Amino acid sequence: MTDNAPEHTAQQRQLLSLDVNGETHELLTEPRRTLVDVLRHDLRLTGTHVGCEHGICGACTVLLDGAPVRACLMFAAQAEGKEIRTVESLADGTRLNDLQQAFSEHHGLQCGFCTPGFLMLAEGFLAERPEASKEEIREVVASNLCRCTGYQTIVEAIDDCAARRRAALRSRLEGTAHHNGDSRDSEDENTSETVPPGAACEEVPCGSTTRSR
Amino acid sequence: MTTESARPDGDRPWIGASVGRREDPRLLSGNGRFTDDIALPGMLHARFVRSTVAHAEVTGLDLTAVREVPGVVAAFSADDLGLADITARLGRPVSEFVPTGMPVLAREKVRYAGEPLAVVVARDAYAAEDGVEAAKVSYESLPPVVSEEQALAPGAPLVHGEAGGNTLLDVSMFATEGIDGTFDEAPCVVHVETRTGRQNALPLETRGVVASWDHREEQLLLQTSTQVPHQVRTTAARCLGLDERAVRVVVPDMGGGFGQKCVVGREEIAAGAAALRLGRPVKWVEDRKDALTASFLAREQHYDVRAAFDADGHILGLDAAIVCDMGAYSCYPFTAGIEPLMASAEMPGVYKVPAYRVRARAITTNKAPTAPYRGVSRPQYVMVMERLFERAARELGLEPTEIRRRNLITQFPYTGVNNVTYDPGSYLESLNLCESVLKEEGWYAAKEKASAEGRHIGIGYSCFSERTGYGSTAFAQRKMEVVPGFDISEVRMDTSGALVVTTGTMSHGQSHETTLAQIAADELGLDIGKVRIHQGDTDRITYGWGTFASRSIAIGGSAVRLASGRLGEKLIAIAASVLEVPPEDLELGQGLVRCPADGRTVPYEELADIAYLKSHLLPKDTEPGLTATASFDVLNDGTFSNATHGVVTELHEGTGQVEILRYVCVEDCGVAINPKVVEGQTRGGIAQGIAGALFEQVTYDEQGAPSAVSFMEYKVPTALEIPEVSIHHLETPCAFTETGAKGVGEGGTIGAPAAVLNAVNDALLPTGVELDDTPITPETVVSALEHTR
Repeated sequence: MTDNAPEHTAQQRQLLSLDVNGETHELLTEPRRTLVDVLRHDLRLTGTHVGCEHGICGACTVLLDGAPVRACLMFAAQAEGKEIRTVESLADGTRLNDLQQAFSEHHGLQCGFCTPGFLMLAEGFLAERPEASKEEIREVVASNLCRCTGYQTIVEAIDDCAARRRAALRSRLEGTAHHNGDSRDSEDENTSETVPPGAACEEVPCGSTTRSR
Repeated sequence: MTTESARPDGDRPWIGASVGRREDPRLLSGNGRFTDDIALPGMLHARFVRSTVAHAEVTGLDLTAVREVPGVVAAFSADDLGLADITARLGRPVSEFVPTGMPVLAREKVRYAGEPLAVVVARDAYAAEDGVEAAKVSYESLPPVVSEEQALAPGAPLVHGEAGGNTLLDVSMFATEGIDGTFDEAPCVVHVETRTGRQNALPLETRGVVASWDHREEQLLLQTSTQVPHQVRTTAARCLGLDERAVRVVVPDMGGGFGQKCVVGREEIAAGAAALRLGRPVKWVEDRKDALTASFLAREQHYDVRAAFDADGHILGLDAAIVCDMGAYSCYPFTAGIEPLMASAEMPGVYKVPAYRVRARAITTNKAPTAPYRGVSRPQYVMVMERLFERAARELGLEPTEIRRRNLITQFPYTGVNNVTYDPGSYLESLNLCESVLKEEGWYAAKEKASAEGRHIGIGYSCFSERTGYGSTAFAQRKMEVVPGFDISEVRMDTSGALVVTTGTMSHGQSHETTLAQIAADELGLDIGKVRIHQGDTDRITYGWGTFASRSIAIGGSAVRLASGRLGEKLIAIAASVLEVPPEDLELGQGLVRCPADGRTVPYEELADIAYLKSHLLPKDTEPGLTATASFDVLNDGTFSNATHGVVTELHEGTGQVEILRYVCVEDCGVAINPKVVEGQTRGGIAQGIAGALFEQVTYDEQGAPSAVSFMEYKVPTALEIPEVSIHHLETPCAFTETGAKGVGEGGTIGAPAAVLNAVNDALLPTGVELDDTPITPETVVSALEHTR
């Protein structure tokens, strides 16, 4: 080592405050630590995975103020003041949410390594575009890499979940305002009764960024 | 005990049901435990100093500056650790096979860019990488051997001094008498020369290990992502000079493997050695750049094959020369022979080939070594066979499906010219169904119409079988020194009637916790919720060969069924004593032993209570406890799944894009234990086959420097490139596995490249250009479309 130590040496530390899944965490860390490393190794939220560390595979996808981001491409410090959501926030205790259940029903996961990234990608996207078509969903699914499934069942799981959420919303609206649903999603009417008991209807349709534990 | 008696009326037949996966809840909720999720107190992090050149003498390795980097705790070279080499062997004469050692850390010579030279251990991974950057290595360059042509050139520099001509394996087989005359006299001889790109199996979870010394057990614990836990234990113990019991390998959740993790890597052993030296846990997780450049690669092969046909399109002979570029080292335990031996032994495939001759070689080059990858040579030789039949069909004026029909094996069992006996399958039926689906959907008409409009649509097929359930006999025939084959299962019922089942197989995405539980639940008439599968722990499992070669359901599943059946016999024996009736009057089901004659039942919990807590009530000669063990091996040529893939592609002028408009797969894996899982394996396999056909390639510059170092260069297809796949099932049960199931892990990958390639060539028919190499790049398509006949 010389006297002019590079800035990234281990001695330098930074105090950070991160809002993760509705909980505030304070930690002292090196400025160069990525968000995904801090989530996984400092906060021990290991559900978010690391597949490439260069922003292509999307295994590290989390929600930042509701929008999907690659947690490997940003420093933890850049996430200060934002609401971070990880896969650990989706289930209600041991009860999987409707998207997680749809992945299981459609066999949308095999090894499960890429799965948290796809779940968070889909949650962020469906909150933004609840009426997305299957082709739009396929295009968004193409943001991330999966090596096991061939993608088809991931697309089907998200599409099915989106349809059920729309149906659940419509039946709630009909129940409160006696409103006759528009015809665009009429095919979903048939599925409105098959919303699984675990479906987190309370989260529909306003996105999932406001939930706290 | 018959299958029926295990499933009395009202009991759910678990085999054949698409039951939900037991693995899903934890994986979906972020509660899986992958290797990198493990954190131990005092844990350190390892990174490797790797060679920056492809071929050189190492003249100096100075780690002094590394050890001074803040956060670095230690750095070790090969000399510091003194570990034995990893050497994979075949029992063949040196004229056929040359064994070569793979050092855990390179010493005097490096053989590929990325080869590990030293391990740096630090407080965190960031500091370990700082340390790697401070290493000083000096090299005396040697000319790199990067291609087959360079490797086989007279006087070529040698990658391994002991392997003359850079050849690790050279075998000539079969050579049917009179085959030259057959070719001389045949009315039609076609030739195909194919080169397939180097690929990466690319599990999304890279390789990794957490190594720690357990003082109480006096045992090194390696928690590592491997398909072959017992083989890692054997190798680690030998390299480290420990008794095998002093190493315990535990496999956490695995994020894929696809073959890359069915060989023993050097980094997990180096990390283990570092943990032993430092007395602290050491974690190594491979980064993506190393996974792409320095891990085990696959697939680069060169086929030069002729086939002779009679005027009616019957194949008369096959004459093949195969060269597989295995890279810098022979992988353990399979050796560099795995690919050429697979290809040469099985190339005739699903066809009645009367005469056959093959020479197959494995060569060594200054590129990262290779491991088996899903399909193992079969994607390539199926591609070659299917191209040969397409070409012969063109020459003879036959429909591509008709020439196949005339040559497919239809009488079973069939013993081929390659001395392999094929068990019953549905080769012809799957082709006919696949073709009729595409016809009924109107793709042939659509192709005609598109052609009239100047578009380029093509239809292609592949017919193939997938040999699964390789037992010890099959591996012994390859003359492996380490002979895989059997699997052992132990089942144990506790006093609550819950069942723990061990398996020597190692699921890395294939759903064994579900499918093996289905088999045990079915056999014992137990709810699947009462069954728990244990895998991937060398202290819990007597011995196992792990998961590769689509062996798990065929062999592991059979062992589970046999062991469960034995436990059932014990339950019946105890119940017979309780009910005072002969055992043959009793049957199992719904968690009960029942006597149909009088309707009396005894729940398993009650029998377990006797077996453990009231053993004085056990019948004479019945041992306490409720456990049973069974093993299963395949002593013939294994069982063959089969399928036909039908693909419709459109080639786009300008962009050169190969768009897949339709993908139909008709598969037959015998009894499907869980049809949804079978479809998942098939779709995922097809996606990887398409990846090899159209997208993925590991490339090097002329100095041997890898040029595909990130996902920007190594193009893994996404949901926009992989089409929906329509799957149709046929079922020809296997006669000698305990469930009738055949393996199905690799078929999708095996069939896809051939079908895609044939569809592309069908679309190119008017141009007169034929493409035989993979991946088919947009450039080659654009240039092919510029040709006109």
